[in-house]
Amino acid sequence: MALLEIQDLHASVDGHEILKGVNLTVNAGEVHSIMGPNGSGKSTLAAVLARRETYEVTGGRVLFDGKDLLEMKPEDAAREGVFLAFQYPVEIPGIGNAYFLRSALNAIRKHRGEDELDAMDFLPVYKEQMKLLEMDEKLMNRSVNEGFSGGEKKRNEILQMAVLQPKLAILDETDSGLDIDALRIVAQGVNAMRSPDRGFLVITHYQRLLDYIATDFVHVLVDGKIVRSGGPELALELEDKGYGSAEANVAAALPA
Amino acid sequence: MRNTSKESGREKEMSTVTGRPNTYLEAYGELIAHRRERDPVWLRQLRDDAWARFQDKGFPTTHDEDWRFTNLAAMAKIPFQRAVKGSVAVSAREIEGFRVPGAVCQLVFVNGHFAPQLSELSDLPKGLEICSLESAIDCGMVGAAPEGCASDGIEQHLGRYADIRRDVFTALNTALWEDGAYVRIRRGANLLQPIHLLYVSAGSGAEIMTHPRTLIVAEPTSHAAVIEDYVSLGSEAAFSNAVTELAAGQDAVVSHFLVERENLAAFNVSTLRLEQARGSNVSSHSILLGGGLVRNNVHPVLAGDGAECLINGLFVGAGTQHLDNYMLVEHAQPQCNSRQFYNGILDGSARGVFHGRIVVHKDAQKTDAKQTNRNLLLSDNARIDTKPQLEIYADDVKCTHGATIGQIEEEQLFYLRSRGIDEVSARNTLLYAFAAECLDRMQEPAAREFAEGLIRERIAELARSRRTIVLAAPVEEEVQSWEEVR
Repeated sequence: MALLEIQDLHASVDGHEILKGVNLTVNAGEVHSIMGPNGSGKSTLAAVLARRETYEVTGGRVLFDGKDLLEMKPEDAAREGVFLAFQYPVEIPGIGNAYFLRSALNAIRKHRGEDELDAMDFLPVYKEQMKLLEMDEKLMNRSVNEGFSGGEKKRNEILQMAVLQPKLAILDETDSGLDIDALRIVAQGVNAMRSPDRGFLVITHYQRLLDYIATDFVHVLVDGKIVRSGGPELALELEDKGYGSAEANVAAALPA
Repeated sequence: MRNTSKESGREKEMSTVTGRPNTYLEAYGELIAHRRERDPVWLRQLRDDAWARFQDKGFPTTHDEDWRFTNLAAMAKIPFQRAVKGSVAVSAREIEGFRVPGAVCQLVFVNGHFAPQLSELSDLPKGLEICSLESAIDCGMVGAAPEGCASDGIEQHLGRYADIRRDVFTALNTALWEDGAYVRIRRGANLLQPIHLLYVSAGSGAEIMTHPRTLIVAEPTSHAAVIEDYVSLGSEAAFSNAVTELAAGQDAVVSHFLVERENLAAFNVSTLRLEQARGSNVSSHSILLGGGLVRNNVHPVLAGDGAECLINGLFVGAGTQHLDNYMLVEHAQPQCNSRQFYNGILDGSARGVFHGRIVVHKDAQKTDAKQTNRNLLLSDNARIDTKPQLEIYADDVKCTHGATIGQIEEEQLFYLRSRGIDEVSARNTLLYAFAAECLDRMQEPAAREFAEGLIRERIAELARSRRTIVLAAPVEEEVQSWEEVR
């Protein structure tokens, strides 16, 4: 059984159709990259999979681990093992980063029938991960993402992913706004998470991230549809020729 | 505006009465008969003047600028009765749940009358004098000090700050008060635990009015915290019209907490008048969680060089609650600081008002005044009116204000939920974070912890009560600039 199976997915925002029939299958252990020009629907796809309610699904179906993902609320999807690393992590003043992360972990543990962790038990869970991500521990005592630098925010996303141990990790333009050092650290964090039980959906505009995260498959999303799929070499080709070539190929392949 | 079934019954009952019910006059007549011989001359005079003022003015209408957003018509029609002392029996068990853990002492008043058997006044620390105001006046008349209290000095303060000409509710209270707390913190005394004043409305079938009067005298360099707490037993409408005068001596540091957690049929008008001497530092914390119609007046006068005040508040309303906050900060002397921070959360058809007026007198150079009012509206029918006002007669001053009205951010809610936190908890977490901003400004651990418990409980109710409306609109907007008045 595939980890994620997207069939003919259509979705709209404010009445505008953004996804126009996406088909994609991700198996556990695989890394899939979704590339495409701005406005092609990459972030919409990520948001729909994370069950953001401002995006309306107008057709198709999505199975996650055999269950109907589109029936789930965001918290249900998260508890089942879907994780979205946000392109723009949200600042939440007044809520401590450690408290937030522990609440999230406990919600998921409770769902799995595991004991909840108190603040003391939780400490070792994140400490090691922070070291790996070269994060300042002081960030845990601050409000969630408030006043964090761009790099700190993205690392905080990866930290959450590492602590929550999802089955499917969706990285929405995690590389955007990162300098090369931060990018390397973030990619390290992701690579450390790779496992035969876990799938990744890496959404990116640039090929650059894929220099650091080895991808198994590359899909090109244009105007709400996947127009080409291939191996890692496709990313290099796109880097060379731009998205125009992918679109042209589609146009050529379509019956007149 | 109140509980609808009650309201309709009341309308019928009142249909033959025109204008103001005469129960105020009856109350005054009874009180005069009861108190006349026991009140000192100065107090008799004060009551007479105050009564004349109330007779002359009556209740304000929405044509009165200071009452534009709060309609008292429904309240003014209700024939509230004066509560006869001892007419309602309240047991210690009934008020057990209202006690503040860690309080140094507790004075309990039932329908405005001191209830010694419910109060806790043993082991008072050195430097604290506390008793009922009535007993302090009575003992002053017969020349004997009541237990735990000296009555000298009351005349010097009582009615000297809260102005019967400025505000008709102050006039009504001054004419009709029967009891309240008298607190004196002696020079240099440093009280580590808060003083708890519990005002209980217990109607038991009748619509009771009370006019609690509190006098707090913090002598120079003293340090104390006082919690004034309004609660109800039962579901009857009651009208509490409280006036508190707090005189802070030179370099005194005082925190005052007002907690309103009465039932939803309650009318509560409270006036806190702060008189601050040189170098004193007073914090006023208002936590309005209950009550049907609430008017919270806070009026500090910074009357000595370098005095500082913090006006901190939270109001949380749902259903048809109406919570009106009227702040009047007077800078009378140079180099004083004032800080106002009020957060409001309104759900259902609740309505909130924040009226923040800063008056800078001619001599008050180097004034530094700041005002912030932030509001969250959780439903389309909730409403807030926020009105910053500046009246300024000095030229070297710094005054800033900001007011915002917003909703729970869908983005933040989604972020929390995307990590596995359920919607009610996510909503609770976000609302609590907003509400808890006021807690960060409270210095006294026991009082702060008490406030935290109440806020947590109220916010949890609110978070559970309804599904979140998701608003894609911009979440926060700046509202209204200073209205300059001269």
